[in-house]
Amino acid sequence: MTCAEVQKLLTAYTDGELDLVRNLVIEQHIQDCGDCQKLYQSQQNLRKALRTGSLYYAPPPGLDKRIHKVLLKENKPVRAAGWSRRWLAIPVALVIFLGIGWVIVQNLTGASKTERLSQEVVAGHVRSLMVNHLADVISTDQHTVKPWFNGKLDFAPTVEDFSDKGFPLAGGRLDYLDNRPVAALVYHRREHTINLFIWPTETGSPRLETQNLTRQGYQLFYWAKGSMNYWVISDLNGAELADFVKLVQSQ
Amino acid sequence: MKLFQEQTRLIRFEQIILPHLAAAYNLARWLTRNDQDAEDLVQEAYLRAFKFFDSFQGDDGRKWLLTIVRNTFYSRLSQQRRLTTDTAYDEELHDGGSEAYNPEKLVLQNMDKKMLEQALEELPLAYREVIVLRELEDFSYKEIANLVGVPVGTVMSRLARARKSLQQGLGQRLKVEVRDDLR
Repeated sequence: MTCAEVQKLLTAYTDGELDLVRNLVIEQHIQDCGDCQKLYQSQQNLRKALRTGSLYYAPPPGLDKRIHKVLLKENKPVRAAGWSRRWLAIPVALVIFLGIGWVIVQNLTGASKTERLSQEVVAGHVRSLMVNHLADVISTDQHTVKPWFNGKLDFAPTVEDFSDKGFPLAGGRLDYLDNRPVAALVYHRREHTINLFIWPTETGSPRLETQNLTRQGYQLFYWAKGSMNYWVISDLNGAELADFVKLVQSQ
Repeated sequence: MKLFQEQTRLIRFEQIILPHLAAAYNLARWLTRNDQDAEDLVQEAYLRAFKFFDSFQGDDGRKWLLTIVRNTFYSRLSQQRRLTTDTAYDEELHDGGSEAYNPEKLVLQNMDKKMLEQALEELPLAYREVIVLRELEDFSYKEIANLVGVPVGTVMSRLARARKSLQQGLGQRLKVEVRDDLR
């Protein structure tokens, strides 16, 4: 390679973006050629100066709050113009009234226990994301998370870290589902959060094969095995979440 | 239920995208070269991002957000350009000449932050942004190519030219400073 050719690739070489072969050629050339070496050195110096020169501009204080406000405003549903709140109150009251009635009927029939539970799971998941209350014990170590539940629950959930499979454990917390305290384990997959809820089944209830639901954009899986109920929820896509479910079931 | 869904969408958005505020602001500040414009740009970009959040594939929130910051900036710029014609930019024109420059004159250790800042600010936009994305955000060539919307080869040549003109800019600054010292 001539000096001109080397110098053309020097930028990519400095950035470590060259393939192995050309990388070696240039490395060799730089050792032998004083001019190219100086050029390389100056590139390195510039790089170092840029990276350590604290050229990063920090956002002004409070900008995150201002953006939050703007987003909240944007998120508000548009109200029908010209409607006074008083007139709206009647249908709203009616809807609430009917809603309460519906809930009572649902509870009485008990037909949709799963439906109710799935709503509770969604609510639990969203709540956990909402107020920085994802985990009471923040640890990626299963040997820290598991003992934490001791004395807080009347059962001992299995806790396992799946970091090597791409689902690192992030922590655990107590939650309340199906009228009882339950263990909630938190896992991550890239930017996504997965909540795994575990609690004992009622005595005598049968084993339940894996079921899948979609509620409000969330994927839910649930099953019962070895006298425990398991519910998994995340905004992760169904296929990857199913992988996670298989990992949990293989414990 | 609709309200509830909207709430969770906002929560999800803020969880995934708001943590990249520092990167968004930094890029905006380097593009606009002005505090107030940078803040406006970031706010507008966040609004846009929220609008298009459903198109987010969930891979790299920072890259996704910075792409929007950049697009927002350029669409604003083209609106302003209709009023004023400035900074017509030509890659070849900014090549900085083909004669070799003398690296020995560049005593970069003596460089202070102010000088670096000014030299970087003076670079044409297309150069400035690749330097920021590469050196301050540490994106790979491929990621930059993706973000800027040009081939990887173009990223490489732009970076090379950007560094060259940056060094020249710094060299001139140092010369001026030395002259002032001698006076």
